[in-house]
Amino acid sequence: MIRVLLARAAQMLMVMAAVTAVAFVIFRYVGDPVLIMSREDATPAEKAALSQALGLDQPVIVQFGRFVGRVLTGDLGNSFRNQRPVSGLIAERLPATLELVIVATVLALALGIPLGVYCALKPDSWLTRSIQTISLIGISTPTFVTGIVLILIFSVWLKWLPSFGRGDVVKLGWWTTGFLTASGLRSLVLPSVTLALFQVTLIMRLVRAEMIDVLSSDYIRYARARGLPAGYIHRKLALRNALMPVITVTGLQIGALIAFAIVTETVFQWPGMGLLFIQAVSFVDLPVMAAYLLFVGFMFVSINMAVDIIYALVDPRLRTRAA
Amino acid sequence: MPLAKQRKLQKVSREKMMSRLVLTGAVAFAAAGFLALPSQVEAKTLRWSSQGDIATMDPYAHTESFTSNMQHHIYDPLVRRNKELQIEPALATSWTIEAPDRWRFKLRQGVKFHDGRPFTADDVVASVARLLDPAARARGNLSNVKEAVKVDDFTVDFVLNGPYPLLLNDLSGIFIMSKGWLEANNALKPGNTTTGVTTFASTNANGTGPFVLETYQPDNRTVMNVNPNWWDKPVHNITRIEFRPIKSDATRVAALLSGEIDMMAPAPLQDLARIGGADGFKVVEEPSLRLIFLGLNHRAELQAEPGKPNPMKDKRVRQALWHAIDLDTIHRRVMRAKSRNVGTMVAPPIPGYSAALDQPLPFNVDTAKKLLTEAGYPNGFKTKLNCSNDRYIADEQTCVAIAAMWTRAGITVDLKTESRATYFPLVDKGETDVYILGWATLPPMDSYSVASALLHTKSGALGGNNPNGLSDPRLDDLTKKAAVELDEPKRRAFLTEALKITRDEAYFIPLHQQPVAWAMKKNIEVPVFADEYVRLWFATVN
Repeated sequence: MIRVLLARAAQMLMVMAAVTAVAFVIFRYVGDPVLIMSREDATPAEKAALSQALGLDQPVIVQFGRFVGRVLTGDLGNSFRNQRPVSGLIAERLPATLELVIVATVLALALGIPLGVYCALKPDSWLTRSIQTISLIGISTPTFVTGIVLILIFSVWLKWLPSFGRGDVVKLGWWTTGFLTASGLRSLVLPSVTLALFQVTLIMRLVRAEMIDVLSSDYIRYARARGLPAGYIHRKLALRNALMPVITVTGLQIGALIAFAIVTETVFQWPGMGLLFIQAVSFVDLPVMAAYLLFVGFMFVSINMAVDIIYALVDPRLRTRAA
Repeated sequence: MPLAKQRKLQKVSREKMMSRLVLTGAVAFAAAGFLALPSQVEAKTLRWSSQGDIATMDPYAHTESFTSNMQHHIYDPLVRRNKELQIEPALATSWTIEAPDRWRFKLRQGVKFHDGRPFTADDVVASVARLLDPAARARGNLSNVKEAVKVDDFTVDFVLNGPYPLLLNDLSGIFIMSKGWLEANNALKPGNTTTGVTTFASTNANGTGPFVLETYQPDNRTVMNVNPNWWDKPVHNITRIEFRPIKSDATRVAALLSGEIDMMAPAPLQDLARIGGADGFKVVEEPSLRLIFLGLNHRAELQAEPGKPNPMKDKRVRQALWHAIDLDTIHRRVMRAKSRNVGTMVAPPIPGYSAALDQPLPFNVDTAKKLLTEAGYPNGFKTKLNCSNDRYIADEQTCVAIAAMWTRAGITVDLKTESRATYFPLVDKGETDVYILGWATLPPMDSYSVASALLHTKSGALGGNNPNGLSDPRLDDLTKKAAVELDEPKRRAFLTEALKITRDEAYFIPLHQQPVAWAMKKNIEVPVFADEYVRLWFATVN
């Protein structure tokens, strides 16, 4: 078990080093922050001074060395745009994104698993057919379209739910939460549904496919032959085994959700990290973009590792096998 | 019953009910009005949205016009723009030119900052010193000032590097901060990107302006309350401003239509008809100060054809390019008839503008072909056309249209459009033949901005946006003269002359003036300004 963890940690470091290098290289090509930051009629001398102040006049290799050096000491630098420390900006936005992603994941699991099980157990019912059809729409509609359609229906026509923002939030230390106010909860509905839609479909289809697979396996047939109650077979024997890949996918999808949240956050003006990143891109705010990429890379890698550990806990065979 | 019809009926009945409710409300309100004490002020909240947010609350730590715009509600400058965009006294009541490099300002007495500290000459001196600090990002906004010197508590001298006619224009964008407040919060020095200094003033504000900052949550909301002790007599009736940035155009329009915000500035052009047609909303339009034109390559060779002499060195070729553009079609089809075609480099309200110059060369493909033949290019030539696709209104479509029009005149056009993040560095390096550029002469609002940045040969502080080798000794001479001329009519004549030479020589090809369009609920009255500033101290909510 410890060897598995150590090997995983080494892989994690390598991936992070690669992400750092790629992030840095990409940023050489996204534009010149000096021009965006200067006044329209700034003189060449002003621009040169700014470029020097930002360290952008140095050779690329020196800039990269400084960047890596700072990242290693945990200093993500200051935003070019508003001159505040990037780590502070991310900490400020993290709660919004995480709350959204958590709600979307819970929603996806709570809807996806029962629907998937139903579709597997009653493959020929009309309800299954309609669920399957609707899920196709869910999986093929881009997030921004879903978001805008939901806004149109529930905000503009029905005026039930807010179309943007996070509502009122409550401060708990450095964390801000929208769970404790009515407007915060109302604001969560549309973005989390939008974000969860794809996941619901994915999990539902996965559970259905796995369940069908497991239900036709020998041990289920023996269990039936033994006369065990159907509920016990479905819940304890079949579903438990069918859930293995669901754990992996859900874990990986949490990372994807944080990344997908960029679109959802932009559509709903959700003040999370995705919105921060989008604004950084249009402003060529290199430190914020770099920090965001590093952060998302780190999330992906850590989630992967967590999934591996959970796997080992759920499946005893993996505990002894080396990585 | 068909669903659509049913919905329509429901809508109608809801509207009827609403109007009845409103009527009842109005009667009740009138009754309450009679009963209430006359001194009681009704709360009027204005909730508005724009696509971007403020970069920082520190007025000297940025050079963004939108951020300045928002800060103008909290901070006052020494002089400000009135409803006609003319300069008028604000924190300074009068000024005299003591010597060409020394201006004396008399300050307004009895003004208080939001925290109750009195406003004096010390605040002006400390503010100017803070702005001119090498770490201040906005230092260039007052680059001709050496220092501010206190004469007495309500008199300040500005010492300049030399004669400088645009000092008031510069000062209209310089907000005055409180020395005592800066000292108390350890923020006398401005924020600095390199050393990682952020100050108390980056997230807090204490000005003398019409509104007091209550909350500033980046990308979420900025809330201001009316300043009951403002030195000026307010013409607005707003008690509270809630600013909610919304990046996505579609969401912003939805938020307006669903009643979650009262106003948006700017409003997306493609949605104007829809908003204007919706019940209870209106769209207000105004031509902007921003003019769009094409810059040309004036070097020895074109990027498109290295090794060959540059055809655009010939005035006839440049005029042919101009004649070949069908501005009316661009106006009608691309700009949805919201733009105004122009023939010069500045908008009408700008000093130095001349209506006589504001005539585009007429669209005529035959004239264009004839000029090209005369210049020795009967079969045209090859050129690049570079454009941004996210900086100006319909910039990409404009360029696609122009490329097609030039092709008709026999010119081979290599069109490339890209995001502003990579486009402007390309322009700045001079790696273009023809490129699109917008200029609003902001912040000074003066033709000198065009002359000094675009027309003067690139050298030192001048010609900063003239990357493609335009160099005309007459333009250089006129720019330098205008820079130091304190006699206003003479100064304007120099600038008009420079604009005339630019047009006669077709150094640039002016296209059109962009529109500004704002959308709001019918009960809101707010003047739309050509410089695209939202000045809510002129707004009323009825």
